[in-house]
Amino acid sequence: MIRVQADDFDLGQEVAALRRGRSDIGAVASFLGLVRDMAPEGSKTAACDQAMTLEHYPGMTEKMLADIEAKAHERWPLQASLIIHRYGRLLPGDQIVLVACASPHRQAAFEACEFLMDWLKTKAPFWKLEEVGGQGQWVDARESDEAAAARWTHD
Amino acid sequence: MINVLYFAWVRSGIGLDQETIETQATTVGALLDELRARSPRHGETLADIAKLRLAVNQSFVDLDAKIAAGDEVAVFPPMTGG
Repeated sequence: MIRVQADDFDLGQEVAALRRGRSDIGAVASFLGLVRDMAPEGSKTAACDQAMTLEHYPGMTEKMLADIEAKAHERWPLQASLIIHRYGRLLPGDQIVLVACASPHRQAAFEACEFLMDWLKTKAPFWKLEEVGGQGQWVDARESDEAAAARWTHD
Repeated sequence: MINVLYFAWVRSGIGLDQETIETQATTVGALLDELRARSPRHGETLADIAKLRLAVNQSFVDLDAKIAAGDEVAVFPPMTGG
């Protein structure tokens, strides 16, 4: 299941919902992404002067997340999965993204979570605008994210 | 008519989030050439193709992808979600 939303979410409730009514699941792995305090070390900029605004491409975002999730299910024996990605203005410490995967054994759940995050970073149309001290700046894509996504394409 | 959408710094650079274009262009690359000529802001923002990603009808494409009337074309920077 995928959800793109402005609202916050609760990891415990989401994982409980993922496995509700089932006793065949042996492992649930999850990844929670957070807004980091972006002020340079030693800077006087307080966390309250910072924010991050996530823009996305409504329609394509949902399509890409559903594609990525389907790819994970083709590749690993997953029993359930969830991707939640927020958009809008977020503050340091806020939750941005949740990925959770359920499988009979842990390895598939761990690997599928990593795969989903690596692919999401480079294929889901989200963009981060960082505000520090009132200045907005679009975050540059990182080559390391491309490399992380590429390691899953050997097959 | 092609509906063109812009996101992130492409949107703020051009100063529009979308526009409808009357065009004879049959590929995304030809459409981009036309878009660059629309204004200095278009020209500057769309100058470096290496910094842009393209989608037609919400799927990633290359410059040589075909377009037709009614298509939705999106131009945006590399993604930075997650």
